[in-house]
Amino acid sequence: MAPRTMFEKVWADHAIGDDLLYIDLHLVHEVTSPQAFEGLRLAGRPLRRPDRTLATADHNVPTGPGQPDELSRAQLAALKRNCEQFGVPLYALGHARQGIVHVIGPELGVTQPGMTIVCGDSHTSTHGALGALAFGIGTSEVEHVLATQTLTQRRPKTMLISYQGALGIGCTAKDLILGTIAQIGTDGAGGHVVEYAGEAIRALSMEARMTVANMSIEAGAKAGMIAPDETTFAYLEGRPGVPPDFAAAVQRWRTLASDPDAGYDHTIVVDVPALAPQVSWGTNPGQVVPITGSVPEPRDDSDQRALAYMDLRAGTPMQEIAVDRVFLGSCTNGRIEDLRAAAEVVRGRRVAATVSAMVVPGSAHVKAEAEREGLDEVFRSAGFDWRGAGCSMCLGMNPDILAPGERCASTSNRNFEGRQGRGGRTHLLSPAMAAAAAVTGRLTDVRELVGS
Amino acid sequence: MKPVRVISGNVAALDRADVDTDQIIPKQFLKRIERSGFGEYLFWDWFREPGFPLNRIEFHGAPILAAGRNFGSGSSREHAPWALQDYGYEAIVAPSFSDIFRSNCTKIGLLPVELPEDAVRELLDRAPDAATIDLERLIVTLPSGREVAFEIEADARERLLNGWDEIALTEQRIVEIERYEAERERDGPNTLTV
Repeated sequence: MAPRTMFEKVWADHAIGDDLLYIDLHLVHEVTSPQAFEGLRLAGRPLRRPDRTLATADHNVPTGPGQPDELSRAQLAALKRNCEQFGVPLYALGHARQGIVHVIGPELGVTQPGMTIVCGDSHTSTHGALGALAFGIGTSEVEHVLATQTLTQRRPKTMLISYQGALGIGCTAKDLILGTIAQIGTDGAGGHVVEYAGEAIRALSMEARMTVANMSIEAGAKAGMIAPDETTFAYLEGRPGVPPDFAAAVQRWRTLASDPDAGYDHTIVVDVPALAPQVSWGTNPGQVVPITGSVPEPRDDSDQRALAYMDLRAGTPMQEIAVDRVFLGSCTNGRIEDLRAAAEVVRGRRVAATVSAMVVPGSAHVKAEAEREGLDEVFRSAGFDWRGAGCSMCLGMNPDILAPGERCASTSNRNFEGRQGRGGRTHLLSPAMAAAAAVTGRLTDVRELVGS
Repeated sequence: MKPVRVISGNVAALDRADVDTDQIIPKQFLKRIERSGFGEYLFWDWFREPGFPLNRIEFHGAPILAAGRNFGSGSSREHAPWALQDYGYEAIVAPSFSDIFRSNCTKIGLLPVELPEDAVRELLDRAPDAATIDLERLIVTLPSGREVAFEIEADARERLLNGWDEIALTEQRIVEIERYEAERERDGPNTLTV
């Protein structure tokens, strides 16, 4: 047989004819599913595989005290009603396993190598970090999967992003992926499934790999995948959802990696040692510079508009930009290792008087684990707000939003205009960098703090 | 879904690249559990900015929206195509679309048309001058009369031309799906017992 990429193996394993793809796991949340369930009801269709479907409430849940508004309550109630009617297991607000859908999948071990996974959310690519083919879909497709457990799909193209060399001190998975998007652009991987490979990827922990795969969509990719290896298997072992015969599963998962001579439609090389900690300056995730750099000269109308929206002037050193808020959380950086990395920087320091900072764990499980380790105390005593699990200020559907004009150092994934609140200004960066900004009150090269 | 064949009429111009779905329909409107009525929230913040191009009176009522590259990037929210369609657009023309947005459009009968930069430039520069999009012939006739070919997946074209329900089409292949489940489905996590 001709050599095949990991993607091609997973695709072939799930293809029905040349245009239908079988879906192993369908993750559901409150925002993009109500119209799909309603569609099933109107057509009198059953849900084909409740045992392959899992729901949680994350986008629109409060993370602090206080009740959700009336519309949010109605949406959460609709999810509960729909899950009850169609027999879908639901981790609702208050459940010990509730959390951001892309955090709880791997955490439960229901995300596994070689699977096809979809969800009505563009950051579904996160699950590709374990060697699954995982991508976001719209509500019509959610309905299609609920009804048929399949999707009509044309085979995407393949792209290899090869990371050469090792990450420097103070640099993280977030810097890898932000640097990559800056290099190839917000549509640089459009129409492609990306495979992330190379020394720097192999060296990443499982959770750090999720940060990389998570932002595939920010480069326009259909999905992002990382070959499963010992790191993957060690992460999965003992989790509730893994196969009873774990050893046999590992045997099979070992065969998923791309064959040595497999070809890709495109190959990109990233020079990893050249990457400093990265930070976005504009209003799309390709508008990124090293923290050691300055706000760039605008090259086109988009840049011009971004500068005006962000209230920045070309040539201003990034480290001179003061922030009002710090958000630590999201499906990109809301896992336990992210909280540990930030706590490491925060320990023994105080949040700057001019800054309001919050930590939103990615799941109730992450929150409980952090509390066991005493991280909540580190954050609280430094002046951070310690919240419940959810998407929170990453998209600002709940009350966690920026006021107009406020500037936020954020570990989330999108710096679009108004993303974190109308008129709010977002700078994307890593958890360690967010912690550094919180304690100094400005965008800061974290290497200056951890070095001292 | 209503069949789509020929879309002919004025062009509204939004000469911006990377128009993301957060701009098309901001998050505060995603709390609704209905599928209709999103048009009034389209480009909510941008419509309130002075000089926003789509506020120009000559663009009102145009069935075709022309825009810059990477239109519909970001969030997978289908609320974005729902809002564009509910507002009155029948087709979006751009040099490129984000994958999920493009797919979402074809599911609801909003036609995404990818054209070369120079053809989109003519639409943007001459807007509101009318154009015609013929899905049967896969040809766009620009205001100058020049004809430009475009591509769309054959199955999506067929569905759009006939207004077919995609789920009903897949249900006709239930035997294949059952055969897959019987012969090829992998043991996977059972979400009911985790």
